Amino acid sequence: MEVIRHLFWLLVFPGFLFTVILGLYACWIVRKVTALIHHRIGPPVLQPLYDVLKLLGKETLIPEAANKTVFISAPVVGFASVLLLSILLWAVDFSPANENGMFLGDVIVAIYLMVIPSLALILGSSASGSPHAAIGTAREIKLVTSYELVLVMAFIVVLIKAMTFHGISDAQNDIQLLSLSAITQYQHTPIMSISGFLAFLAALLCVQAKLGFTPFDIPEAETEIAGGVLIEYSGALLALWKMMQAIMLVALPLFLVVLFMGGIGTSFGSIALGTGKYVLVLVLLILIKNTNPRMRIDQAVKFFWFYCGPVMAIAIVLAMLGKFYGKWWL
Amino acid sequence: MKKKFKLPILATGPVHPLQEEMEFFQLYVDGETVVDIDVRLSYNHRGIEKISESLQFDQVPFLVSRICGICSASHPLAYVQAVEEIAGIIPPERALYVRTIINELERIHSHILWVGLAGHFIGYETVFMWAWKYREPVLDMLEKITGNRNNYGNVKIGGCREDLPEGIEEEIYPILDQIEKKMDMLTKAVLDDPILHARLKGVGVLKKEDAVNYAVTGPTARASGIPIDVRRDDPYAAYDLVDWNVCVQEEGDVFAKVVVRLLEVFEAIKIIRQALAKLPKGPITTEVKEIPPGEAIGRAEAPRGETFHYVRSEGGNTPARHKARAPSYVNVPSFKASCIGEKISDVLITLAAVDPCYSCTERLGVVAPRSGKVIYDFDMLLQLSREKTTRIRKGL
Repeated sequence: MEVIRHLFWLLVFPGFLFTVILGLYACWIVRKVTALIHHRIGPPVLQPLYDVLKLLGKETLIPEAANKTVFISAPVVGFASVLLLSILLWAVDFSPANENGMFLGDVIVAIYLMVIPSLALILGSSASGSPHAAIGTAREIKLVTSYELVLVMAFIVVLIKAMTFHGISDAQNDIQLLSLSAITQYQHTPIMSISGFLAFLAALLCVQAKLGFTPFDIPEAETEIAGGVLIEYSGALLALWKMMQAIMLVALPLFLVVLFMGGIGTSFGSIALGTGKYVLVLVLLILIKNTNPRMRIDQAVKFFWFYCGPVMAIAIVLAMLGKFYGKWWL
Repeated sequence: MKKKFKLPILATGPVHPLQEEMEFFQLYVDGETVVDIDVRLSYNHRGIEKISESLQFDQVPFLVSRICGICSASHPLAYVQAVEEIAGIIPPERALYVRTIINELERIHSHILWVGLAGHFIGYETVFMWAWKYREPVLDMLEKITGNRNNYGNVKIGGCREDLPEGIEEEIYPILDQIEKKMDMLTKAVLDDPILHARLKGVGVLKKEDAVNYAVTGPTARASGIPIDVRRDDPYAAYDLVDWNVCVQEEGDVFAKVVVRLLEVFEAIKIIRQALAKLPKGPITTEVKEIPPGEAIGRAEAPRGETFHYVRSEGGNTPARHKARAPSYVNVPSFKASCIGEKISDVLITLAAVDPCYSCTERLGVVAPRSGKVIYDFDMLLQLSREKTTRIRKGL
């Protein structure tokens, strides 16, 4: 029974099936809201599902110049890592106090799992042997190196905030703070403080870049390099990438909600409120997507390193001051 | 030369999401920097000039309006002006005003279309959708006036085919007000957006001397500080009877091209308002008997630049020779001057910034079926052309 329960948890709810369906629904929200901003009607609810099903039925072409093993395994690896990330987040969210589901240091694991899709994209596209993909790969590498540091700095702010809330100072508990469930349990809403708000904004932009939304859709840039990293993918493999992106559309905003807004929770009221938080983050992402042109890659790197980086450093200092003087709003 | 081929080629075309037409830019890239560019066209050659020689004089305007879907008022106008010059026909004044109004409506919709496309090229889909929405009323108005949203077919030798519908002024004025308001908003949004500045300013600069050397026309030239405009320099239709300005920017970058086009929309609105106010009563066409032998050129300022038509008549029913040159023909080669040394992202917006129209520009190209190797290059085609001219001269 235990095995079946775990399998159900992994494959149906809230694992694979639930997350994919939710991701495709989030995909539809993105497309619909975008359409409304554009004065268009937009697609029907099931359109993202139709797209994936249609892609699954199409021929999968593998270019002659490609390294087949890497080319095929990259989307699988990316998809698996994102799925794992979402399961981790759901577990944190639905039962933060559950001891056996959680372990120390899972923030670090989550950060790793969030990098893997980008790495898989880099691997897969560089294995495809197309010059367009090569340029897309170079851009993706530059983009990852530029936003990853800012994202980690934003996490550090959250960790400091969590310590502030409970006045924890001994080393044992500090380490415990690297657990996502501990963060959700300890602190409430770091976004209400100055440093937390700055960190949220920076993390939001990093998530924008991770999702490949404008202004950071530089590696895909269809009018420049015709889809870049994904140009050689077709059929089922492309469907896997699309599903991976759909799940990221759930997992990454959810991650922000868990870290900055106190998570979703399990009671009826908190689920309604938590859905509201998630939709708020999603709509913010969509608004940024639709009110900006695509940046050039050097501009994106400069933006993250020379604007977001110093701001995050200031936010960390503010959070430390807040902890030192016991002021929650700093 | 040998080193060039070791560099990776980024193939932008023949089918590429950048533009809907067939075009092929081979970008030789070193990392993200474009070190050389090779433009290959002739995917969509339609032999318009040859077809034109088999049509009667009054059928040709319908053909040449299909050279370009967007410049479908300028091409017939240039052709008609050439024929009118051969035959010494002076169209009635009302026809001149009607031609002006249609041409300026065309300019408005073409420039708004381009602004939208430019937004699309740099990933700003909202500008794309909004601009095209603002363009709709202009197309509706053109449909009301001429019966078609594009390919108006309203101009004919000796005047216009159809007069403006009764009471159309009351409908045009509010639409002009509406467009002016919306474009005012869009212009301010574009001119104030810091990310647009970062993406467009100082990008793909076409220096003034390069612009002169490549003989570019239209907004491309005016954005490089060359104040040329056929409407002012060689006035046709009613352009010398209304008051308007030539919009010039000095920078030569993509941003300057955006600004020139946006400002020209306002100038076009101004011209239409004046033309409607001054519209004289009277006939819209004169009778045309026959076209005597002779040759002439006709020029018109299309939204993209100068449209040039040469017509030769030998006294028959059909033009003996008809030559059309679309503005993109001179604007496209300027990529050599403006794109080299830029980043890939910048090059692609620079390619789009001259508002190129490939099927209008197409010239004959002879390539081997499989390998795509060029069989007749420029010099050989020139040689063939000279030999043919010699043969014809002997026969005369």
